[in-house]
Amino acid sequence: MAAAEITAPPLKPYPVIPILEVGAMANSKPYVANAAMQQALGFPGELVEGWHDKAIAKLGDLLQNYRGLKVYLDACVHCGACTDKCHYFLGTGDPKNMPVARQDLLRKVYRRYFTWAGKWFPKLVGAEDLSKEVLDDWYSYFNQCSECRRCSVFCPYGIDTAEITMAAKEIMDSIGLGSKYTNEIIGKVHKVGNNLGLPGPALLDTLQSLEEDLKEETGLDIRLPLDEKGAAVMLITPSADFFAEPHVYSLMGYAKVFHAAGIPWTLSTHASEAGNFGLFIGNYGQMQKIAMRVREAALDLGARRLVVGECGHAWRVAYSFWNTLIGPFDFLDPDYPLPQHICELTYDLIQRGALTFDKSANDRYVVTFHDSCNVARASRMGGLPGGQFEIPRAIVRAVANKFVEMNPEAIREKTFCCGGGGGLLSDELLDLRVKGALPRMEALQAVVDTDGVNFMATICAICKAQFSKVLPYYKFNMSMVGGVHQLVSNAIRLGPK
Amino acid sequence: MAIVVDGKTYETDEEGYLVNLAEWNEDIAKLIAGEEKIDMTPNHWEVVNFLREYYNEFQIAPAVRVLTKSIGKKLGPEKGNSQYLYELFPYGPAKQACKIAGLPKPTGCI
Repeated sequence: MAAAEITAPPLKPYPVIPILEVGAMANSKPYVANAAMQQALGFPGELVEGWHDKAIAKLGDLLQNYRGLKVYLDACVHCGACTDKCHYFLGTGDPKNMPVARQDLLRKVYRRYFTWAGKWFPKLVGAEDLSKEVLDDWYSYFNQCSECRRCSVFCPYGIDTAEITMAAKEIMDSIGLGSKYTNEIIGKVHKVGNNLGLPGPALLDTLQSLEEDLKEETGLDIRLPLDEKGAAVMLITPSADFFAEPHVYSLMGYAKVFHAAGIPWTLSTHASEAGNFGLFIGNYGQMQKIAMRVREAALDLGARRLVVGECGHAWRVAYSFWNTLIGPFDFLDPDYPLPQHICELTYDLIQRGALTFDKSANDRYVVTFHDSCNVARASRMGGLPGGQFEIPRAIVRAVANKFVEMNPEAIREKTFCCGGGGGLLSDELLDLRVKGALPRMEALQAVVDTDGVNFMATICAICKAQFSKVLPYYKFNMSMVGGVHQLVSNAIRLGPK
Repeated sequence: MAIVVDGKTYETDEEGYLVNLAEWNEDIAKLIAGEEKIDMTPNHWEVVNFLREYYNEFQIAPAVRVLTKSIGKKLGPEKGNSQYLYELFPYGPAKQACKIAGLPKPTGCI
């Protein structure tokens, strides 16, 4: 395999709209899922005979089922407000990475087959046949959208561009053209219970090893319970928290919070994954099937509360969709948010004086906070507008003395994607990921220069993995990124008060 | 895709990971390591052998922290950290070392 060249664009002191480079990323695309991976999800194993007609029929189905999709395809007036809002466009300069141009790859086909003007006067209204070339463009460029929805914030019509990407992925899956990264992982969730494919005995061994580490560090018996019936809280967290750094430091932080507060909790083998890649591929059935494991495990273990660990899109699915997908939650304790984010839980304990911290334990850090797209633009915390921004920051301020914000245009609802979301966190897309991280890296560089920031906290497993990988391409140390509960873990006081 | 060692062909996936784990041998490991521009030292082999032992027991590569702890015990505490593992395997101990060890690539948000 010839390794693709991976290059980071130079960092600029302020964002500049790049000079257009037509076709620069035309060859960027994920590996295609093989037949076994596709069929495990009920998709055709390879590009089917008659794919053209089947794709158009599928688009027709989606237009019937999701009225929003039809509105989004009809409403765009090509005003251009979104053009320079996408991190992948800013990082690559490829005009097809302008959100409007990416959407038009699907919109022009919609017009051709589903609108009167497009059927009769295609050239006048920018309508086009679904040719093999157009399909190739779909596979390439809809896999260069991380469904982060930053462009939607700036759209005067409120077009949810991620819905269009998801629809395109759903159509491609239905004709046998799926991404290996996402679809292999979904298969592992169905088979093993998590994205990693970490079987129960390995999970138990890993948790026991972490308990040893916590004992060595604190002298206390801080537990990471697995499949314990009757525990009040069932924690659902991304499986990367068990496996990777820096993710695991947040997992140890959650354990310390539960320990300090005396809350009985458990993890579940059956639901050992918070992530739900069914969202990324726009497939409702897959999303529901993945989420159902959470309901099954909670009922089996008799849990009364569901708490979700640091995972961006998982929180979107949990907060916005779980009730529809796997509700009703009449078996859970109504005195707590259903579901509850780990940050909400920790923040609530801090408010009630149940946790104490030695903030100086984080004095080696000047901290900034990277808002993860799905938390920022598709969820809330604490039942308050903007709670999803304020609560993680309040925790960071409670556990660290030095906190600095990045450029207001690059945080909160205008946050830039890390560059690896939406099912694009795959090695063959590394060049795209490095380039897509450019806007975040520029915002980070600015506070590194002015305030000496040396730690970027975040609450998403994808963000953590993505930044660990791409930070060195911008001459930053990979350990500059970590979780909010990693900082909590450093500062929390344990043992008798 | 495939790799050829001593005239024998071994199937790999599109990223160069060995398809049939049972076919693995040290010559294959050396060849993959060479393609990854890694010169296998005894410490590299310690990591690769531990990965294979762990995989045989658990059908998955060890978590990074489990790996660093084990390597720390075998090679000394100053080497029991991920920084050292990145010195050995610059693309990341999980993915690159698994590839050389003939194990499937770990997947997910890692």
